[in-house]
Amino acid sequence: MVTGLIYGIVIISLGLSVVKDPSKSKKALLIGSRAFMKMLPALLAVTGLMGIISGALSPETISRYLGPESGYLAVVLAAIVGAITLIPHVVALPLAGSLYQAGAAPTAIAAFITTLNMVGIVTAPLEMEQLGKKYTVVRNVLSFVFALIIAFGIGVMLR
Amino acid sequence: MKTTRADHTRNGSPSRKPGANIRAYRPVAIMLLIYVVLWIWWPSLASKSTKAFGLSLKEVMLIMPGISVLMGLFEVWVPRSMVEAHMGKDSGLKGFLIAFVFGTAPTGPLYAAFPVARGLVDKGAGVGTITVFLGAWGAAKIPQLMLEARFMGMPFTIARFVLTVVGVGLMGLIVDYVVKPEEMLTLAGATRQEP
Repeated sequence: MVTGLIYGIVIISLGLSVVKDPSKSKKALLIGSRAFMKMLPALLAVTGLMGIISGALSPETISRYLGPESGYLAVVLAAIVGAITLIPHVVALPLAGSLYQAGAAPTAIAAFITTLNMVGIVTAPLEMEQLGKKYTVVRNVLSFVFALIIAFGIGVMLR
Repeated sequence: MKTTRADHTRNGSPSRKPGANIRAYRPVAIMLLIYVVLWIWWPSLASKSTKAFGLSLKEVMLIMPGISVLMGLFEVWVPRSMVEAHMGKDSGLKGFLIAFVFGTAPTGPLYAAFPVARGLVDKGAGVGTITVFLGAWGAAKIPQLMLEARFMGMPFTIARFVLTVVGVGLMGLIVDYVVKPEEMLTLAGATRQEP
């Protein structure tokens, strides 16, 4: 669905661009394809790593450790799992929902959802390539800390 | 628009040679090797991983060409002065707000946002602004929030959204202090365009 939306936007904007200025559009495509080729090796390697991790950490494994008896440690664990894994939302949110229904603390789930979205250890090489090493480290560490703060905040708000 | 075109290759200048290009694929070769080893010693894990790899690869290869085209268009059509004025390092709260709204548009996984963020940096956006943009892209996308509300309930979703907005804003402020824009560009191996 998201992919369809993206290509809808691509087609409309590219069409408008070609109508307004064909030579500029050609340049845009050239820049885009060059950027894609530059990203390709890192993308492939990261995808391979995603595969290995998703194979090793099944949804069942995750739910076994983040299940109903979650304490502080589970919150931190949930945040770490979210930081490492790259599960698409269509999979992660139903899983989170079922854990919630099974009695898991909202704190652990909030930590998982937030780090899943904001921290990317596996994609860090891609981020470094585009935005620099220092920025990547600072942003990911801060995101992790804030994810924990957000999680405990939710625990307080939903009490 | 006069100087902003020539240097927008995302290449550090030395990596243009074909030899360097092949070297860039070294991590891919290592990954392949790991898969081979997994298949030999741990076939059950290997088959699960290969399946997951196929799914991620499909997702990545479907999304990234589209994102690349959008980046190219963005590069060519959005003048540097506009980004500098609205999302530059002195744009303050307004820049953060624009970045946040930008980030909530439904546009794919976080790794797709990195090149877009880089494009914004090249056009003079502030470091904090980029951080807000990435935070919003990751944690506050509208379709994702709808899904979250469906599975986690409204109170949870609203609480997480509000806390995320505050958290992402604070992060932007902190990152603005810690990371200088120059560090971002030089470390990423980019060449700042000469006037």
